[in-house]
Amino acid sequence: MSSENKKLDTRPLCLSGKGVTKVFGTGNKANVAVDHVDFEFHEGEFVSIVGESGSGKTTLSKMLLGLLNVTEGQIDFQGKPRDISSRSKKNEYWKGIQAIFQDPFSSFNVFHKIDAVLLDCIAMRGGRNLPKEEKIRLMTEACSFVNLKYAELTNKYPFELSGGQMQRLMIARIFLLKPKILLADEPTSMIDACSRATILDMLLQLRDEVGMTVIFITHDIGLAYYISDSVYIMEHGKFVERGTADDVILRPQAEYTKRLINDVPKIYEAWDLSTVG
Amino acid sequence: MSKIMLEVNELTTKYITRFHEDVYAVDHVSLKIEEGKSLGIAGESGCGKSTLALSLMGYYFAPLHYQSGDIIIDGKNISGMKPDDVRKNILGSEIAYIPQAAMNALNPTRKIYKFIEDVVLAHDSKADKKDIFEMARERFSRLGLPVETLDKHAVELSGGMKQRTVIAISTILQPKVLIADEPSSALDVTSQKMVIKMLRDMMDSGFIKSMIFITHELPLLYNVTDDIMVMYAGQIVETNNSHDMVFNPLHPYSKGLMGSIIVPEEGVRDQKLTAIPGTPPNLKNPPKGCRFAERCKYVMPQCRFNEMPMINLGDGHQYRCGHSHEHLKEMYADEQ
Repeated sequence: MSSENKKLDTRPLCLSGKGVTKVFGTGNKANVAVDHVDFEFHEGEFVSIVGESGSGKTTLSKMLLGLLNVTEGQIDFQGKPRDISSRSKKNEYWKGIQAIFQDPFSSFNVFHKIDAVLLDCIAMRGGRNLPKEEKIRLMTEACSFVNLKYAELTNKYPFELSGGQMQRLMIARIFLLKPKILLADEPTSMIDACSRATILDMLLQLRDEVGMTVIFITHDIGLAYYISDSVYIMEHGKFVERGTADDVILRPQAEYTKRLINDVPKIYEAWDLSTVG
Repeated sequence: MSKIMLEVNELTTKYITRFHEDVYAVDHVSLKIEEGKSLGIAGESGCGKSTLALSLMGYYFAPLHYQSGDIIIDGKNISGMKPDDVRKNILGSEIAYIPQAAMNALNPTRKIYKFIEDVVLAHDSKADKKDIFEMARERFSRLGLPVETLDKHAVELSGGMKQRTVIAISTILQPKVLIADEPSSALDVTSQKMVIKMLRDMMDSGFIKSMIFITHELPLLYNVTDDIMVMYAGQIVETNNSHDMVFNPLHPYSKGLMGSIIVPEEGVRDQKLTAIPGTPPNLKNPPKGCRFAERCKYVMPQCRFNEMPMINLGDGHQYRCGHSHEHLKEMYADEQ
């Protein structure tokens, strides 16, 4: 274990799981999507979960968010077993964990104006009765954090914005809510490479300024390497490898990780096309 | 110098909107591809990459219209041809096109060999079906595709397999130019690699004479094509060989694009990603001077009203900027 990882390990645990499993269906039709996975995410850590389509990473993220029930195993939130047995307890849990998804348009109510979305976030933080000027000040601050101008957004509907702007607005929501954990499920896969850098910078800034734990779910191993402290590689519902980004990507042990890295186009070393399939 | 397969001179095409406004999505684009060479086109979403691909096929349907310029495929000028003539005589045999969702083009009720029969019979109505099947078998085995695929329906194949099958079908007549528009973006990395390997094999064995590859993924272009052309707001801003384009970009926009490359290799974590601020101009009223001026770090006052000429540095390297190449290199060196 490298020194970087030891330093991380001393931080308190934010979210951890033991033997977390999800089975869809029963009997001979049972389909194990996530198979007894263990994980420890520390406070202020930037973690990536990498896997190909169908590896179970989205199922895992839905269980972390409490949107899907866990078939077996236990998830601890801030050192205590997570309790989401009732609606009000779930709402309490969601103050601690928030998410950004791949398609920002699926996350907004098309009939609500942008202001309503941001005002909701202020209300969730207990600011429902703040004076109007204070609310506007908070919204302006959040918008300027993501390089948007509040004056240009007010009174607009979601469809009037571009994909990149919407994704940044999602991050403005997170900035207002300041959760303990941000779960980002493929936030940049619908955005082209130039705007991607902006979004990644903002996620790093959130981690540094707000001290958030960021769980970044992606299929792009290069992206995971660039941005994260530690990386989990997932295949068929299991973690086949985990460790610091440098250990996993530069010195991979598992065959699957080696294959993933080998299949991505490179620019400094030759890309070996002969070992395909 | 080998034979020129595709030559495009000052091609301009436009979209006409419902309100009769002209949007020039491809603006005075010139390019040349020699036999056995491939050209990559890179740029942000909306910069005109895909419109250029459609325009090159000479297959115009409203709202896309041809304005001016020449498209010469192996000495034959196809600009200004009627869409019907283009379909009968050009598509498939001279130029083939693979869009991103090509795999969705397969009719689920027909077997794969039927599509190949269709393509061949459309160009030669007297061809014998047995010969076509033999030819298809041979081609599939040469390309490393299982021959049994021919007797299967599309639903029996995986996404990557379907994509490779469609590529094999559309190049069955050995076109002179293949235009691949993001052929691997919807696939996972392993299938992507198989598609790339197949395209490379086809180039090496001469099934396709030249290729245009469009994608916004630069590491992929670097590995696939001989040259890279960067487009911005409908214009070419720089063309160079792949290595120099990635490691020594000259135009400030290319420089910005190359700064956004992420690959899983040592040293990448220490580099700072560069983001280009702002958004591309609206092509309904493009700016008078340099189209990149609004977002450019190195902008000079005259950039905003002078038309930018293409500067040719020889060896296939050209760029469109108000600064001299020595000055640009000095400025980049100072920043480091």
